[in-house]
Amino acid sequence: MTAALKVVAPGMHATVQDLGRFGYQAFGVPVSGALDATGHRLANRIAGNDDGAPTLEILFQGPTLEVIADSVRVGVAGGDAEIEVMGDRPRSLGGWRSVLLRRNQMFRVSRLSNVACCYLAVEGGFAVERCLGSASTYARGGFGGLDGRALRAGDLLPLAREQASDRAELGLAEPPPSGRDQPIRLVLGPQQDYFTEAALEALVSHEFTVSKHSDRMGMRLDGPTLAHRDGYNIVSDGIATGAIQVPGSGQPILLLADHQTTGGYPKIATVISADIPVVGRRKPGDAIRFTAVDVAEAERLRREAEVDFQAVVARLAPVRSAGDLDASRLFESNLISGVVFDDA
Amino acid sequence: MIVEFGDRIDRAVSDQVLGLAARVRAADIAGVIEVVPTFRSLMVHYDPLRTRSAELIGAIETLLTSKTALDRKRRLWRVPVCYESDFAPDLADVAKQTRLTPEQVAALHAGTRYHVYMVGFVPGYPYMGDLPEALILPRRADPRIRVPPGSVAIATTMTAIYPLESPGGWHLIGTTPIRIFDERISPPALFAPGDAVEFEAIDRDAFARIRSAAERREYRPASTELAA
Repeated sequence: MTAALKVVAPGMHATVQDLGRFGYQAFGVPVSGALDATGHRLANRIAGNDDGAPTLEILFQGPTLEVIADSVRVGVAGGDAEIEVMGDRPRSLGGWRSVLLRRNQMFRVSRLSNVACCYLAVEGGFAVERCLGSASTYARGGFGGLDGRALRAGDLLPLAREQASDRAELGLAEPPPSGRDQPIRLVLGPQQDYFTEAALEALVSHEFTVSKHSDRMGMRLDGPTLAHRDGYNIVSDGIATGAIQVPGSGQPILLLADHQTTGGYPKIATVISADIPVVGRRKPGDAIRFTAVDVAEAERLRREAEVDFQAVVARLAPVRSAGDLDASRLFESNLISGVVFDDA
Repeated sequence: MIVEFGDRIDRAVSDQVLGLAARVRAADIAGVIEVVPTFRSLMVHYDPLRTRSAELIGAIETLLTSKTALDRKRRLWRVPVCYESDFAPDLADVAKQTRLTPEQVAALHAGTRYHVYMVGFVPGYPYMGDLPEALILPRRADPRIRVPPGSVAIATTMTAIYPLESPGGWHLIGTTPIRIFDERISPPALFAPGDAVEFEAIDRDAFARIRSAAERREYRPASTELAA
């Protein structure tokens, strides 16, 4: 039987994602990929994978999954997400770490309270078919990932490995900052001249709130209305992830992973690539403040973010339980039975 | 990074955009992820960990002034369309607004060769122009929530085909039985920016025959290569 994780309960919106589908935007195909690429990459590193392995992106409420494989190593990264093993002795094993699970064990990812998304990686990755070079789900188009859609109860998420490798579990003693209160940096334009001075001023001086009318395509922002100078139709041009487009209503929409490749509304500014993962994990109701930087600074900040990411990866260390015993080792060696991890 | 050539829809501008797109692709510049040609500009997506905008501007300026000949492969596609009334929910209305008969609208639409300016909005959606003057209308006042795939539509100076079911505000004047987007093949869209498209009127019997073959992925419309 093929190794898989069986979806017992699907959670709110869980999709297979990777770093994105590049090379087809000229044909109108969105990039898609993880909303929070940093979380996706860390989940992979925790599980022992390369950055590009497909993970499960979980929005708000995680799925309940059953192991249909000899064993599987899972890693979770993002906010306060924790892996909860179910069964006779249900318990939480914490987040930002890997866990070894055995056949027929059921587990779930806890409800998120401080971020919108987290990532579940499995050692070896999910063995979904690549579509146009990527495993990312583009649900609107109905392709990529698992049948082009979010998980449903009864789905089997295929695993590339039949069993986990023999190694210690990895984790981060201290999770990286979520950037929840950090101002979001943007570069003005490309169509900032379509807006009034007051609109440009409001963008960087007022607080916005993430609307509940947000999805993987775009995040609507409640806050001051951004007035156009005259007219809000432009001849369509290309869109970068992070572009803030402003339709006739004056309510800005921050475009995320599944954004359309071209559009006909003026874009007042573009969030810098270093801050896309930070924005991607903000949830409805969260505040957003913007601050403007120039292109050279945006590029420098991106390089700095990459250095920060590598520093977090360098802090990954074997997870040890109380008494300095590696609980997962004991578990793996069958020295003790059942789930023995402490809630450390 | 965006290279702008104008602020309107214009064939000469489009040719400049597509010319630069071809040059950037051929130059294979380090750090450039992909380029997206649009009506009036070329979007250059780049990886800031592999290059910087200052370097990229220099490389692209060199390409802008380059005189080397380009081998731009363009195709002319012949697309079958059924304009019969039940395949064309807005044809009667368009005829009324343009003071033509439905037959005249169909004949004018099918009698023009269109240029694919860009592909966007939804995967595979081709913006094609320009429409004959007599068919130019604003978008519908009440956009549809669901437009079926294969719908052939017009609005402003453009015509398009809806590749997937999606919302849409254009006037639906016919339906093509062919599939113009298929994520299982690469490239997934039938038409590339710069291609030419002509429509050919077919009856409902031909529509049924072609659609059945297209659903089995056994039909590909006729096309010929055009000189650059």
